[in-house]
Amino acid sequence: MKYTIPAEEVMCSGHKACQGCGAALAMRYALKALGPRTIMTFPACCWSVIDGPFPYSAVGVPLFHTAFETAAVVASGIRAGLDARGEEDINVVAWAGDGGTFDIGIQALSGTTERNDNIIYVCYDNEAYMNTGVQRSSATPWGAVTSTTPARHFKQERKKDMMAILAAHSIPYTASASVAYPEDFVKKLNYAKSIKGTKFLHILASCPPGWRSAPELAVQLARLAVQTHVFPLYEIHEGRYFRMSMNPKKKPITEYLKPQGRFRHLTEEQVADMDRMVDERYEYLLEQAERSKPYFEDKKGN
Amino acid sequence: MQKVIMGNHALSWGALLSRAEVIAAYPITPQTEVVELLSNMCADGDLDAQFIKVESEHSAMAASMGASAAGARTFTATSAQGLALMHEVLHWATGARLPIVMGNINRAMAPPWTIWTEQTDSISERDTGWLQIYTSSIQEIMDSVIQAYKVAEQVYLPVMVVLDSFVLSHTNENCDIPDQSKVDAYLPKFENAYKLDVAKPAAYGGLTGPDWYYELRYKIQKDTERSLDLFEETGKEFGEMFGRPYGLVETYKLDDAEIVLVTSASIASTARPVIDQLREEGHKAGLVRIRVFRPFPSDLLRKLLQGRKKVLVIDRNISFGMSGAFYEETKAALYNEKSAPPMWGYIAGLGGRDVPVDVIKETFLETIKEDHPEGDIIWIGVKK
Ligand SMILES: Cc1ncc(C[n+]2csc(CCOP(=O)(O)OP(=O)(O)O)c2C)c(N)n1
Ligand code: SF4
Ligand SMILES: [Mg+2]
Repeated sequence: MKYTIPAEEVMCSGHKACQGCGAALAMRYALKALGPRTIMTFPACCWSVIDGPFPYSAVGVPLFHTAFETAAVVASGIRAGLDARGEEDINVVAWAGDGGTFDIGIQALSGTTERNDNIIYVCYDNEAYMNTGVQRSSATPWGAVTSTTPARHFKQERKKDMMAILAAHSIPYTASASVAYPEDFVKKLNYAKSIKGTKFLHILASCPPGWRSAPELAVQLARLAVQTHVFPLYEIHEGRYFRMSMNPKKKPITEYLKPQGRFRHLTEEQVADMDRMVDERYEYLLEQAERSKPYFEDKKGN
Repeated sequence: MQKVIMGNHALSWGALLSRAEVIAAYPITPQTEVVELLSNMCADGDLDAQFIKVESEHSAMAASMGASAAGARTFTATSAQGLALMHEVLHWATGARLPIVMGNINRAMAPPWTIWTEQTDSISERDTGWLQIYTSSIQEIMDSVIQAYKVAEQVYLPVMVVLDSFVLSHTNENCDIPDQSKVDAYLPKFENAYKLDVAKPAAYGGLTGPDWYYELRYKIQKDTERSLDLFEETGKEFGEMFGRPYGLVETYKLDDAEIVLVTSASIASTARPVIDQLREEGHKAGLVRIRVFRPFPSDLLRKLLQGRKKVLVIDRNISFGMSGAFYEETKAALYNEKSAPPMWGYIAGLGGRDVPVDVIKETFLETIKEDHPEGDIIWIGVKK
């Protein structure tokens, strides 16, 4: 078997993430793809802590911590600053949680994307505000328990379709990814690096304390999310053309839900409801991918 | 080059002459012309800058932070609601030690909707750590932008250049626009020693506990204090190079003055003929215009005001429940002095109400009439 992931590590040891943190794994792989000629900005999120307290830093690249709602546009600013000085080959990356992306940061992200500023935006999605103690976000899936959606009144709203919102901006490239499929993630980042404009990557990042699951299951859960069609891996090119990155035979959704305390309260009926929502969305994506086939046949390669 | 320009365009010219490399701004009345002229300067190639047309003022400041952190000289401008929207990131720019320069056109805060001048917008941001210059002529606006960069880049702190809406922003005056080569000599290209640099990876603004945060604040205060001297030096040096010296304050007929008006911005310009009139009528009146409000020139004011018979302050801003800011701070600066004069605090001109010669004269006559001020706020011509 041939490994496609670079062996070189940019991220250092000694970070402050919990055991089994998907967000930490995501960063490690991301930096392997991005390399040391990268500048990052983090809004408030778990990664503002994971990176380490002053004066330590785990990422191994220049990093600007910023306010919760500003990641995208601070990246736009860094890009402009570098371009003004002719340093156009440096990757500028906004790295934010789901709260900083789907909720409080959506305005700045929309602005950056509409201007098509040349940055990579990575949202590591652990499906709640973990840094402040697992409150619901608009990325929290239907049915989940968080500290603001207790079991007796679990999250009643469906997860916001952020990729569709980005696609509606005609963004050149957006893709979903999972820490369980690092080759796929690295490949997508490499593609993002190779084109100009705003690129958005949405990576599911398991979170043992937030999901109430065992740390050793972190990667397995991230894989099951894909295999049960709960978190499909796909790309949207030019805001219009969809391509499934993999189309696994569906495993029963309970395999994904059972090991997670946040779904434990759901009745069989409620699980069936959730399953229907998952199928509905997956069907929609397959249809879009089918419609987009001619585009990718013309394009070949990527 | 001599050119008749409006106050807003003086900000744009200031940014152009300073060779701003990144501009991020969002339109708001009465600031729009600043942005429009800068867009045109960029489009025509007169100004070689990246212009980020952001979706809000909040993002204007956030983008400015990114650009400045990357090492570029960065400019923005706003007013009132826009400045208030920036509040969180104004603190960020200071804490991150970014030498951004911003124009703020003083406009009263809504509601009710209004667009006319009042300083409460910028006064509300006085504790964000931004250095603040209050200008009183079109020429001074342009000159202050250039000086602001020179100070900002030495102390790594952001500077706000403040002007009255309409009274200055939309007034046209003849302006001397200096040669670019002269400005380049005064304000050389800036190399930020702490920029985001892939050759020297480091994290800025990460979690900091009580063991270091206190020291970081101490450093900001020390550099802010240092900026006081730098404003004086750069203002003097500006005078030597361009024939127009600037200081922390500007005085008028102060030497032998017994009754002194302390005020700021365009009210200070209107006050000059009042001083002349009063002197003709036998009153020894004088004027101190506070130009640099942050850092507050406390030492200098102590020197200038100690031993005077009476001091009156006119504020075009209000801190509800207390008084006007210039009054509050001037009074605080003199509190421990043995020969501190009694001080009268007038609030005038809120929401763009005109402050003409006769209103200023009325404040003087009131002050002359009384032995001691009653209370901290005197309203002038208010319809009760
Ligand atoms: C303006 C503002 N509001 C609230 C907060 C508090 N806060 C910090 S992180 C956070 C949640 C972050 O959630 P997410 O973006 O999903 O990242 P995660 O912590 O899950 O990694 C909140 C609410 C803040 N820092 N700033
Ligand atoms: S709370 Fe979750 S996302 Fe945050 S560091 Fe721990 S495992 Fe990672
Ligand atoms: Mg989260």
